Amino acid sequence: MPNEDESSEGALKAQLSSGITLVKRYVIQEVIGVGGMGSVYRARDLHFPSVVKLVAVKEMINRATDPLVRKTIVQNFEREANILATLNHPSIPRIYDYFSENNRSYLVLEFIHGKDLEAIINETDGFLTEERVLGWAIELCDVLSFLHSHKPDPIIFRDMKPSNVMVNPTEHIILVDFGIAKPFQVGQKGTMIGTEGYSPPEQYRGEAGPLADIYALGATVHHALSRRDPRLEPPFSFGERPLRKINPAISAELEAVINTALQYNPDDRFRSAEAMKEALVAAGRKTGILNRTRSATASVQSSVGIKPIWVFQCEDEVRGAPLYHQGAVYIGSYDHNLYSLNAADGKLNWKYATDGGVVTRPAVFEGDIFIGSEDQRLHVISARTGKVNWTYYTEGRVHSSPCIAEGHVFFGSDDQYIHAVNLSSGRAAWRFETVAPVRSTPFVAHDTVFAGCENGDFYCVDFRGEMKWHYKAKMAVTSSPCEANGVVYFGSLDSSFYALDARAGWVIWRFRMGKGSIASPYTSEGLVFIGSADGNIYAIDTHTSKEVWRFKTEHQVSSSPVVYKDALYCGSADGNIYCIEVHTGRLRWKFATKGPITGSPLVYDDIVYIGSTDHFLYTLLA
Amino acid sequence: MKPFFDRLRGKKTKPLSAQANVNTTPLLGEPIGMDSTRSSHIEPQQFISGCGQSIGKQREHNEDCLFAFSATTGDKANSAPLGLYIVADGMGGQQYGEVASSAAVRTMANYLLKRLHTYLINPSEGMEEPLQEMMRAAITEAQQAVTQAAPGSGTTLTAALVLGQQMTIGHVGDSRAYALRTDGRVEVLTRDHSLVKRLEELGQIPSEETAAHPQRNILYRALGQGEVLEPDIFTAPFPQPGFLLLCSDGLWSVLPDDNLYNLITAAPNLIGACQSLIAAANDAGGPDNISAILVQLIG
Repeated sequence: MPNEDESSEGALKAQLSSGITLVKRYVIQEVIGVGGMGSVYRARDLHFPSVVKLVAVKEMINRATDPLVRKTIVQNFEREANILATLNHPSIPRIYDYFSENNRSYLVLEFIHGKDLEAIINETDGFLTEERVLGWAIELCDVLSFLHSHKPDPIIFRDMKPSNVMVNPTEHIILVDFGIAKPFQVGQKGTMIGTEGYSPPEQYRGEAGPLADIYALGATVHHALSRRDPRLEPPFSFGERPLRKINPAISAELEAVINTALQYNPDDRFRSAEAMKEALVAAGRKTGILNRTRSATASVQSSVGIKPIWVFQCEDEVRGAPLYHQGAVYIGSYDHNLYSLNAADGKLNWKYATDGGVVTRPAVFEGDIFIGSEDQRLHVISARTGKVNWTYYTEGRVHSSPCIAEGHVFFGSDDQYIHAVNLSSGRAAWRFETVAPVRSTPFVAHDTVFAGCENGDFYCVDFRGEMKWHYKAKMAVTSSPCEANGVVYFGSLDSSFYALDARAGWVIWRFRMGKGSIASPYTSEGLVFIGSADGNIYAIDTHTSKEVWRFKTEHQVSSSPVVYKDALYCGSADGNIYCIEVHTGRLRWKFATKGPITGSPLVYDDIVYIGSTDHFLYTLLA
Repeated sequence: MKPFFDRLRGKKTKPLSAQANVNTTPLLGEPIGMDSTRSSHIEPQQFISGCGQSIGKQREHNEDCLFAFSATTGDKANSAPLGLYIVADGMGGQQYGEVASSAAVRTMANYLLKRLHTYLINPSEGMEEPLQEMMRAAITEAQQAVTQAAPGSGTTLTAALVLGQQMTIGHVGDSRAYALRTDGRVEVLTRDHSLVKRLEELGQIPSEETAAHPQRNILYRALGQGEVLEPDIFTAPFPQPGFLLLCSDGLWSVLPDDNLYNLITAAPNLIGACQSLIAAANDAGGPDNISAILVQLIG
């Protein structure tokens, strides 16, 4: 009977420590893998005293209490030994020995130098090249062909997945772990299946034939090319993750081969591993990968001659965002001016000069335009005449855009205050003191004001100017928050994107970006979008905090995205304004300006307005 | 909405009369349906819950496990209520199912309450760790506990951590979380990790065949199974006005959504509602263990 203590111990505790010698021959060196039934060790074979001969020792600890189950487990282990003993193929490890000791059984196998494919996928930054993956896939077809044509009965590997594929230093693959075959019972309450993700539908019914291995190979290659682990996704969902959408560098030819391997119905897949290999080779020839003659550069998405409807040139950089109001577009510039332009043709209505650069987005209320300037003031200008009505002084530059709500205008200043100014009197209702410049634009919802601060503080202030709660990010929150369904979102220079409970300030989730963000989020239909200095625009599911897609631009993104109809518009410091499909993250078009874009677009009535540091304001058809 | 001006001037809300203060949670009497628990006299906001469990009519063991905890420890400034509710449905040979579900629930409750301890004792401290990450870590702990306590067994796990208006749900398997709103909408918040559900999603089998499908009990994700576990974790607003229902498949597999709603709103209180749900599932044959937790936000 099994030892009760052992059965309740974790696998880690039961591991052999290094230095232990098994059957006076194999000295355990270290653990190289942990499986369901025990560990795999690297060991030295003492029968070769004058050289260091390394072997892999695979251990099986039988923890089952039921005699029938115990017997099945031993039979499975012996079957693995017997299968391996009859096979001779360069991609299959050789077996040297099989023995039992202290209620454990051991297989002694060829030690494979190298790394398993799962480790390679995880350790690689970015995608593996099509060339490498294609080479491995062809070799895997070879070894599957060999197994499937085994006499008298075909051998079905049944557990093809990246962690069972070793890649040796000469880039050849070796299939490891033939210890598959989990007993599978149908129908009884509580029956469960083992590893999900790589297995085809029929394997869940216990009907795994050669075509099941084809599917699992397709799944393995899909994982290697896409970096999306199928164990983290629902079963049979590869169709929802088209390879070229995730990794556009993959050829359509290879994608087609993988799609065929991953067909739901076995009959729709390749008829054999040999047929799949032929298709892979054909794809490799067509793309030139196997001819070693690289085809000309892949087709590049062009800007297909998009022409602006009109442009307007300021005297310096345009870093702010535009405002549309009653047939006019308002835009500030580093040249100190706020411009009012005719939205139809871009003709100047008027310009109003402040005494500092204008990098904020104007706001409008009852015929007045509100704009903050680096001259430390908030200016309130008649939209009709362009004449100033009143100004409000702060003691620092104003980089935060005005937000108008409930008869007040809210904005931050480098003087470290959030200001609430009464619209009818032009006087401060209150000032909320922080400890660093406030460049984030306040967001007002449900009687509360949210704003970030350059030292990383994020504040929730009530309408009396009293703090309700605050959260401290690790670095500056320049990002302007937005709120939806009781959750407030903002980015930080600390590389995190935060979702906080708007009432109490708890962190509901945070999302890691490659670098920090000073861009502001935009929410729409359960998604939140944010640009980052890592060059990406991210679309994140607001409920699950999972990345839905990311779009890579060529430089940092400090522009804040805007959704209009089914497209997202966002600028990048690479000089382009991008139009991206909201649900897929696919590029629809892009338009290149002559300088980095740091401001945010406005889309109104099917027209996109965007300023660039090349001094121009552009208008484009959405 | 009050004029903004009043707020700026610091006008405070009217103090409650002494009589209003003595009104507490309604316990028995009126059907809970709509209005009785939305009384404005209940303050602060709080979660109330009812639970019910039955072995069912065809099983020899109870392999379900549940946990319900509510607290309102905040002061005036930080009065958000807190609740933690967990349902687990164990499975596996012999009596391993109950070992698995109980290990999962105990480990998870222990882990989360430890993490929430600072907040419970000193609410003004706030919480640094994202709730979804806390939930993920708790499920990982529970997974390890199940693997050690009952190797080869497995359990479903559906947990709701509710703070204020937002609930963060962690889910593996085919137990369910429902949002039932008082306007009659019944929404399944979780996605069953069952093979049959997946085949239905793929259009491989029609919905009407799922209930009788021979493989309906096969899960593709369960705690204690597989090396890599990817739980579903998400945050959604608490159904208000309405109810949160967590239950094992012993309940939902025999009761249509409409019945759930009618039984709950016809009952005098949450405990009574859970009893009617369980009685109805047993009347429908009681093919499996039945567990239900019903939660409401009042005040």
